Amino acid sequence: MKATLSSIGRLGAAVLAGAAGAIQATSAMADIVGQPVDRGIDLQPAASQIRHDQIVFHNHILLPITGVITLLVLGLLLVCIVRFNRRANPTPARWSHNTPVEIAWTVLPVLILMFIAIFSFKLLFEEHDMPRPYMTVKVTGRQWNWDYEYPDQKIGATTSTLMSEADANARHEPYKLAANAPMIAPVGKVVRVQVTAEDVIHSFSVPAFGIKIDAVPGRLNETWFKADRTGVFYGQCSQLCGVDHAFMPIEVQVVSQPQFDAWVASKAHKPAPVAVATAAPNLPPASAAARR
Amino acid sequence: MSTAADAHPRDVLGAHKGAASGYGSHGAPGFFTRWFFSTNHKDIGTLYIIFAIQAGIVGALLSGLIRWELAEPGIQLFVHGSWLDKLGLIEASKHGYTVVATAHGLIMIFFMVMPAMIGGFGNWFVPLMIGAPDMAFPRMNNISFWMLVASWVMMLTSLMVDGGPGRGFGGGWTLYPPLSTIGHTGPAMDCAILAIHLAGASSILGAINFITTIFNMRAPGMTLHRMPLFVWSILVTVFLLLLALPVLAGAITMLLTDRNFGTHFFDPAGGGDPVMFQHLFWFFGHPEVYILILPGFGMISHIVSTFSRKPVFGYLAMAYAMVAIGFLGFIVWAHHMFTTGMPVNLQAYFIAATMVIAVPTGVKVFSWIATMWGGSIEFKTPMLWAIGFIFLFTIGGVTGVVLANAGIDYALHDTYYVIAHFHYVLSLGAVFAIFGGFYYWFEKMWGVRYNEFLGTVHFWITFVGVNVVFFPQHFLGLQGMPRRTVDYPVAFRFWNHVSSIGYAITFVGLLVFLLVLIEAAVRRRPARANPWGAGATTLEWTLPSPPPFHQFNELPVIRADGY
Repeated sequence: MKATLSSIGRLGAAVLAGAAGAIQATSAMADIVGQPVDRGIDLQPAASQIRHDQIVFHNHILLPITGVITLLVLGLLLVCIVRFNRRANPTPARWSHNTPVEIAWTVLPVLILMFIAIFSFKLLFEEHDMPRPYMTVKVTGRQWNWDYEYPDQKIGATTSTLMSEADANARHEPYKLAANAPMIAPVGKVVRVQVTAEDVIHSFSVPAFGIKIDAVPGRLNETWFKADRTGVFYGQCSQLCGVDHAFMPIEVQVVSQPQFDAWVASKAHKPAPVAVATAAPNLPPASAAARR
Repeated sequence: MSTAADAHPRDVLGAHKGAASGYGSHGAPGFFTRWFFSTNHKDIGTLYIIFAIQAGIVGALLSGLIRWELAEPGIQLFVHGSWLDKLGLIEASKHGYTVVATAHGLIMIFFMVMPAMIGGFGNWFVPLMIGAPDMAFPRMNNISFWMLVASWVMMLTSLMVDGGPGRGFGGGWTLYPPLSTIGHTGPAMDCAILAIHLAGASSILGAINFITTIFNMRAPGMTLHRMPLFVWSILVTVFLLLLALPVLAGAITMLLTDRNFGTHFFDPAGGGDPVMFQHLFWFFGHPEVYILILPGFGMISHIVSTFSRKPVFGYLAMAYAMVAIGFLGFIVWAHHMFTTGMPVNLQAYFIAATMVIAVPTGVKVFSWIATMWGGSIEFKTPMLWAIGFIFLFTIGGVTGVVLANAGIDYALHDTYYVIAHFHYVLSLGAVFAIFGGFYYWFEKMWGVRYNEFLGTVHFWITFVGVNVVFFPQHFLGLQGMPRRTVDYPVAFRFWNHVSSIGYAITFVGLLVFLLVLIEAAVRRRPARANPWGAGATTLEWTLPSPPPFHQFNELPVIRADGY
């Protein structure tokens, strides 16, 4: 229904603002999926296939292998401590070579690493193999806030700042993670994120999507995500950028397509009404062809 | 108190009253001449050790400020009106926090671990172990040390002067521009650059000295393949220093000219590129982390062999594993830069190269265990540190394999997981090796015995403390907590709190360490030439403790393999 509204596109701004307001309002209630939890000991849960594959790689490949190796070393040390202490074994052996064992502990780690590498490279290339993007968000880091710009929707840069403690508490959002004017993205669509910075290096990171990419002045870096559920996902600037490095949170609100369209329409009205017609949903944006 | 001429020349603590002089024909130097114009490798080594201890205490206190601040969410310490503010030494502001974190890193690396391992133990024991009378260039050895002191003064000055956003430089020990150029306009960063230049020049001179000494001054029969592993480890380390430090010097010189003389090496507005600095920095920085750990590998081999009363397992493999690690250290640097937007194929290469390092490292860990296997192990304090080292270094090693995978590094880069990883290999690896070596050679260096009970207590408190500090930081990193933040969302509270409690435990360990020093200095139990018995086979144990001022006036001849 909201989609129709947006395609008509000339309805009162108040209605659309209301729709956009609904997004903001729901965020307080919407289940906040992507955030750390107190006493948590593992990776934040996945909200994208990439993140899901990262978690599988870490929890089912790396963690068991590294865990077993660590326990093996600990076990061998304990055996040495128990069996080969001065009381249990007063006369030390004199040998200092054992070629088969040495070959074994050189070759076996190589095989283990090759096993890890198979999954590692698969994940790496999956992460870099961006499908045809539905839209692009341009992210600009600055001391100490983020700009989000939606060129496909002709929505100019909005500045996303730290949400004050009072506001965050009032909206039941976590202080120091919640941001004013969060990034809005539709669910189930490939969103290309292009990242740069104005002053010093920052780093754009959303754990639930498994993405982290540096915002470097003079460079345009690229990553992407495809959220598989709606909700609110938090991240933080992940490269030391000065005094308020701890206070430039990243908030991404993933909404349904109709909500997204309504939000786009509401935004499109204000600066340039001409833009509305071209901001129709489901239309592959021109920039999609510009994929590297 | 006996007269200076009567006192044992090497007898810093005066345990050997009236022992034979080792000065030869030129007589005993006065205090000032001996310690300020010193050309004796053992005296310079002692100066380095004392320097490293005081810098280590400063660095440890700085990390205490970090853990104090992070014990609770919100800003308690680095804020106007706190006791830190009233103390006035360090700016109590959000900027002050990053200044402290930056200084902690730089101090621990350049002024604690490197001086202790290379300047301290290297100076002391490389000549002794290869049967040389002294280092090749004794006066250069002296200036190496005093340049480090000048560097230290410059570093402390940097903390006190204006940095731009406040007092001191708060851009992280990695000094990334533009934060270290346009982000810090004050003289603090220039002071830090000059401090690193001086420390680097000091290390390069030291490296030249060690290479010359090891290649030219080995006693007859001390072939390269008979050299003790500690000497091997120092040889590899100083080659890394010689090759890596000039690159750092170049990078920070470019920072200096970008800051002061209008160049644009790292400024995109003038055609430069900030990421280029990261390449140069990590081309130094990754060998640097092996510089910090390799001498520890050497010391651990000696300690494990001595207290197992068994020769080192696989001597040649151990030596060449270090050579391999040193070589690989130069071709993996960009695994620190997976999130900078490198081409994916380049990332794939750096993943593969990085994982290869696990192979020689694994050889070393398993060879240490094989050295213990079948041995007759005595659990003296140095051996406790060595066993602790092997286990904790393994944990740091396997988390390194995790981080080597760019695919998962995107989740963990610049989080507390990385902090936990490199503290497991450095704070729990390198530092455990340093303490192991310190107790192992305590009698040899100071001429008095340490208290075995206090040493054991020191080990256990520290072992528990550092694990409580750093293990929970893996959890914080997995949950996504970024590093270098003065404050954090409330969801990170619990493990941060645990980590800070761990610091308090570790701090008690530090106090026990100081107690060990004081107890040994007060009680002055005379040292034995070889306290460790048949397992201690290297040349330094053939000399009295402490060794005479000049040793090996007649060169020893080595006839059999040391191992």
